Amino acid sequence: MAKRKIQYDQVVPRKNEWPIVKLAMNRPEFVQRVADESMAELTAKGKSIHEQLETTLYKEKLRIRANPWKVDPKDDKEFWDRVQTDLSDIQNLSKKDAASKEEEIMRHIAYRYSDEIAGNFNKSYFRFARAFVTFGFARLLNAARGKGFLALFRRQLDLQDKLHIRGEPEHIRKLAKKGTVIMVPTHFSNLDSILIGWVIQYLGLPPFIYGAGLNLFNIKILAYFMNSLGAYKVDRRKKNPIYLEVLKNYSTIALEEGTHSLFFPGGTRSRSGKIEKRLKVGLLGTAIKAQRALYQKGNVENNKIFVVPVVINYHFTLEAPALIKEHLRATGQERYYQEADEFTTSYKMASFMFKFFTMDSEISVSIGRGMDVLGNYVDDEGNSLDAKGKSVETIDYFKSGDDVTVDSQREHEYVRILSKRIVEEYHKYNRVFASHLVTYTAFKMLERRNPKLDVYSILRLPEEFLEIDYEEFKKAYKKLQNQLNILHKEGKVDLSEHMKKTATDSIAHGIKNAGMYHAKRPLILKKNKKVIVIQDTNTLYYYHNRMEGYGLEKYI
Amino acid sequence: MDSKNTSDPIGVVGAGSFGTAIANLLAENCEKILLYVRDPKKAKSISKSRICSDQKLSDKVEITNNIQKLGEECNVIFPVVPSANFRDLMKQLGPYLRPFHILIHGTKGFDLQLIKGKPDKVTPANVKTMSEVIKEESSVVRVGCLAGPNLAKEISENKPAATVIASQFEEVVAVGKSLLKNERFLIYGSSDLIGTELCGILKNSVAVGAGMLSGLNLGENARALFISRGLVEMINLGKELGGNVRAFLGLAGVGDLIATCGSSLSRNFTVGHKLAEGMSIKKIMDSMEEVAEGIKTIDIVHHLSNFYGVRSVINEMLYKIINKKLSVKDAQHLLMKMPFRQEVEFLD
Repeated sequence: MAKRKIQYDQVVPRKNEWPIVKLAMNRPEFVQRVADESMAELTAKGKSIHEQLETTLYKEKLRIRANPWKVDPKDDKEFWDRVQTDLSDIQNLSKKDAASKEEEIMRHIAYRYSDEIAGNFNKSYFRFARAFVTFGFARLLNAARGKGFLALFRRQLDLQDKLHIRGEPEHIRKLAKKGTVIMVPTHFSNLDSILIGWVIQYLGLPPFIYGAGLNLFNIKILAYFMNSLGAYKVDRRKKNPIYLEVLKNYSTIALEEGTHSLFFPGGTRSRSGKIEKRLKVGLLGTAIKAQRALYQKGNVENNKIFVVPVVINYHFTLEAPALIKEHLRATGQERYYQEADEFTTSYKMASFMFKFFTMDSEISVSIGRGMDVLGNYVDDEGNSLDAKGKSVETIDYFKSGDDVTVDSQREHEYVRILSKRIVEEYHKYNRVFASHLVTYTAFKMLERRNPKLDVYSILRLPEEFLEIDYEEFKKAYKKLQNQLNILHKEGKVDLSEHMKKTATDSIAHGIKNAGMYHAKRPLILKKNKKVIVIQDTNTLYYYHNRMEGYGLEKYI
Repeated sequence: MDSKNTSDPIGVVGAGSFGTAIANLLAENCEKILLYVRDPKKAKSISKSRICSDQKLSDKVEITNNIQKLGEECNVIFPVVPSANFRDLMKQLGPYLRPFHILIHGTKGFDLQLIKGKPDKVTPANVKTMSEVIKEESSVVRVGCLAGPNLAKEISENKPAATVIASQFEEVVAVGKSLLKNERFLIYGSSDLIGTELCGILKNSVAVGAGMLSGLNLGENARALFISRGLVEMINLGKELGGNVRAFLGLAGVGDLIATCGSSLSRNFTVGHKLAEGMSIKKIMDSMEEVAEGIKTIDIVHHLSNFYGVRSVINEMLYKIINKKLSVKDAQHLLMKMPFRQEVEFLD
């Protein structure tokens, strides 16, 4: 393993010029602006302020009663009680006074939300936390590699040894100088944000902001880091119109200000193990809106937004058993399910990370090629190229005749176009590991053998049906391996090194690594090497899902 | 954007009967129309005679042979050329188009890109609708289509009619409406672009068949049977190709079907009629001034139905007749033996 380590220098060396630091320094103005612009949207023509207030109040009161959290502000209940009293007082006012009073209440709420979302990032904290993350990782890894306690103070190994960065790292560095970058990674595990955080830092990119679930702020140690690393708070419990509008505006305005951002466009971790197919249009919509707003301001330098897909691959997801259970329960039409939260305490979090990084298993992060907000590829200079490779001006997408115009229905369609392109890129940059393909082959063989059963019945097959003859398996595996090679040549998927080995070696590698740290591994090869035994159909299904969407089922 | 009353010229590509009718319709609402004619000689003669596809051109229609001028001067363009020439046209026009352009096409046919060495390979991967061709060959996204019972001759005679403009972009529908609408021409909007395009295309083969029945003098009952079953086939395949059932039940689907399956003004209908009279396919094609999309559609539908495993009994029969594996007479008997399990299953 004598690979030379690449050191990337900082893209923007002076920290005071980092967009995020600028944002932090102007926090009060920023929070105010988010509130003001949200108000403009909320009070736009055709929207009833009264109705929105009533809905919000109702939902908030319900949340406080049914689902309170530690991180909630102390005056939460008090605040909403007061809103309720104010709203009922309005009935006695004249029509005109009532309208202005309602607007005032709404403005108040919008500001409160904006302030809450912004969190309290702090420049000096921020630097410290960033240094600490890098340093901390190195320590953790050394200790984990069995060098004992003293290894904590040696600095030899770092994430770079474990984590392979593929794709186009130089390209994203160039784009970060030319405009605002939105990184859109796939999302399978809670560790993804930490991994991406490390990648950003490692590539010398200025920090990115991202929306982190408020539930993660319940854990003190995480809250500390996230507050300082530019995370803003997203409260998934709050699904009221005012909150959602403020949240969208927060992201839009941060982008307009040139702050690089991280979106997990799938919303949450993929429950099924599939690569995200349906992306959250709300968040992606802020990219389109911000780009249009920037163009409306005229021809400003560096006003382009770049979307960079990122695919994270590992042999196993620690949360897989819980995630797939949730997925099955949800698709099995169960009405309500609790979100699985593995990280309820700092201790669990730490032991999770320790386990993850100590395992002798490969992780790869593939950085995709940058695109404009319509999904056109961009070159290193940031110029968009259409499907034919011809240069195209992104601003033209927002014009009618000679002027940039606002058309929300049009922009809604653009979000769909962008989202489709991101999904395409995910499949392209997805780096297939042998462990993905062995689980896929095994599950598809089960399906073939039991053509009359639906997925749920296959998952409940009794043990005696869960053995596969090795030679038969190998035959099927080979076919799929060939097909993947063809797709790879067409540039439709990426393959890891062990996928290029012979079927026998590749299968051995795959079985060894597939879900290797689960209590029950999905697949094992019997000692006589003649039979493959499926031990856990649920996780087998989960890992198999990763290979859906390539049309491979036709080849088995 | 309201293009009505602005001085920007509106573009039309294709001087066939429908293209000409569209140009004349536009002339009622717009100051200037640029009608692109590919063949320079033909362009010259039309400019001189002011007669195009047997229709008198409005004074506001200017003939041009310059495709660059068309792209650069017109923000809104209506391409109305046969499907076989559409991709070539887009390849030429594409470089002059930008993302703010609006393209509303009126071509009811599939684009087929043959794979070298595999002329029989026809799958969804190489069969495209015109809107997909536009998006592939240019940076235009604001794409729409025109579909419905629009026999060009009747429109040119100022008889009343209606059409559907479909696009995922509301602005495209709105612009199309404001440009084409008048007291004799009614316009419905739809957001199902693919579905609406498929209506116009898939009806072609049914129209050929209906013409055949009429040539055989089988009567109105048989024709009605044929049209209703044809519609079911259209929907079954249309759904596989990404269309919505709703579009097929509207003006672009049922409406177009009724018009073309009963009128000798329809080219596809005429092809079928002549087939039944015993004329060979080649002769029929040679005798026609404009392309009948139906023959090509029958071939493509045959392959696509096989690909998806969809039962298209009627199309299959037409396919065999055209490829001389079945005589028109035999087909007539076969038709009465068609096994129908359930009359209307697509609504379930």
